[in-house]
Amino acid sequence: MTQVKQVSIFLENKKGRLLDALKALAKAKINIRALSVADTADYGILRMIVSDVPRSKAALEASGFTVKETEVIAIGVNDQPGGLAKILEVLNNAGLNVEYVYAFAEKHENDAIVVLRTENIELGIKTLTNAKVKILEAKKVYSI
Amino acid sequence: MVDKLIWNPKAESMLPKERELLQLERLQHIVKYAYENVPYYKKSFDAAKVKPSDIKSLKDITKLPYTSKDDLRSAYPFGMFAVPHEEILEIHTSSGTTGRPVVVGYTASDIELWGEVMARALSMAGTTKADWVQNAYGYGLFTGGLGVHYGARKIGANIIPISAGNTKRQLEIMRDFGTTVLTCTPSYTLYLAEVAAEEGIDLKKCKLKAGVFGAEMWTETMRDEIEKRLHLTALNIYGLTEIIGPGVAQECIEKTGLHLQEDHFYPEIITPDTLLPVAEGHKGELVLTTLTREGTPMIRFRTKDITGLRHGVCKCGRSTVKMDRITGRSDDMMKIRGVIVFPSQIEKALLEIPGIEPHYKIIITRPNQLDELEVHVETSKKLFSDEVRHIEEIKNNIESHIERAIGIRIKVTLVEPKSIQRSEGKAKRVFDMRNLK
Repeated sequence: MTQVKQVSIFLENKKGRLLDALKALAKAKINIRALSVADTADYGILRMIVSDVPRSKAALEASGFTVKETEVIAIGVNDQPGGLAKILEVLNNAGLNVEYVYAFAEKHENDAIVVLRTENIELGIKTLTNAKVKILEAKKVYSI
Repeated sequence: MVDKLIWNPKAESMLPKERELLQLERLQHIVKYAYENVPYYKKSFDAAKVKPSDIKSLKDITKLPYTSKDDLRSAYPFGMFAVPHEEILEIHTSSGTTGRPVVVGYTASDIELWGEVMARALSMAGTTKADWVQNAYGYGLFTGGLGVHYGARKIGANIIPISAGNTKRQLEIMRDFGTTVLTCTPSYTLYLAEVAAEEGIDLKKCKLKAGVFGAEMWTETMRDEIEKRLHLTALNIYGLTEIIGPGVAQECIEKTGLHLQEDHFYPEIITPDTLLPVAEGHKGELVLTTLTREGTPMIRFRTKDITGLRHGVCKCGRSTVKMDRITGRSDDMMKIRGVIVFPSQIEKALLEIPGIEPHYKIIITRPNQLDELEVHVETSKKLFSDEVRHIEEIKNNIESHIERAIGIRIKVTLVEPKSIQRSEGKAKRVFDMRNLK
């Protein structure tokens, strides 16, 4: 399994909604490995890599959130200037758009970990694999 | 399966010529009765220089002045009563959310009449003695609860007088008692379905066969949704407190309009601006005259409801005139940047889009001297994406779809699921924040 499952939820632009979501996960004893928030004037999208996808989904849905699971790619990036740029260049050369990208707080074996979503995710994985980019196994990612 | 039943074949399938004679006879009587017993009518007929004896044909009804809701309000509380209080058995009032309530009174014969027209209505939904009627309309001053109650009692059905609210209990009773006919507002049915899903109650396994839904406007798409979610035949009922309550008109299983009980309620359709009659089949404001009410007779009451009438014999065998589904109210008609918009148009457009929940809110504002219309729509799994680009696309699609339906650009805001307030009675969907006073 090279595709990592990301959990995302719709956040209405209302005071305390992000906190409500995080509290629901805390109560279910879910650890958030990485997260990013896309915000617009009206709403936000909270995207997360969590320790337990099914339980996170259940906890968030029970709190009334719309939850979506999406496949993303987690890659190990050489933690030095230009590390990520090199990888994105590979995708760019292959004509693949990157929908979004965010990073883990923790390192893995001296690599920085970056989550990205490309259009046509299978092709994205293939392109990155051919370019010898380190793609992390889902199992490993959830327990970092 | 809903059986074809006609409660009162003599009245409901009467030859049109015969019915017209009956209507004229009753009209002449009620006009005289109102003139002689209600000071309001004496005053208004005198002012219009018309006497009861001027009514020589049904067409002469147009000589009589209209009665508006404001007229009824000024008569608060008992100014419209035609009989002494000893003769009144029951009173009801309109909700009074927009001013003083309207008070109507029922004599014994009025209650009998109400039971009769409601029995006709419930029979159109196949209700018999053997049925369990779960009546989730509110019992009280609101006419919904007791109106259905009297009709079901006349039929001899098993009435579950549960009234509105207490949704979990409604569902348990529906499952445990084997409810076959459900009566409530259409918006409440969808809430029932939602709670049923949460509580793990399988509506498919319930014995529901038909529903008699009304007291608020709804659409064909909403009917499809209700039928799909509740596994029953959903039929539309119409009525209003000022006339009698529910039972003025009811859809038969042909679902091609509501049979108006015209031997008791005489309908006209007028253009709200000019007050002139419109041609058969054209839309306008419904005006009703009660032909047989004793307690509070109504002469040419302007309902503000927008509909059209179609004469002819229905496939179901009834010859009573059919009224279209109400598509708006001449008073909740919204004027947005000068364009006339009815909330039902927005609802219809919304529900045509897959994945949209039938819960929405319309907000009208005027931020910079220009009206803006905003529609709040709940996100669902189908509508949500983890990419802003996709969500924006979805919003744009909804906006364009509504724009095509109503002719003006609006703004759609996606809100979290179940964040729009559910109602157990009439759903409030339009919030006009313009302060146009």
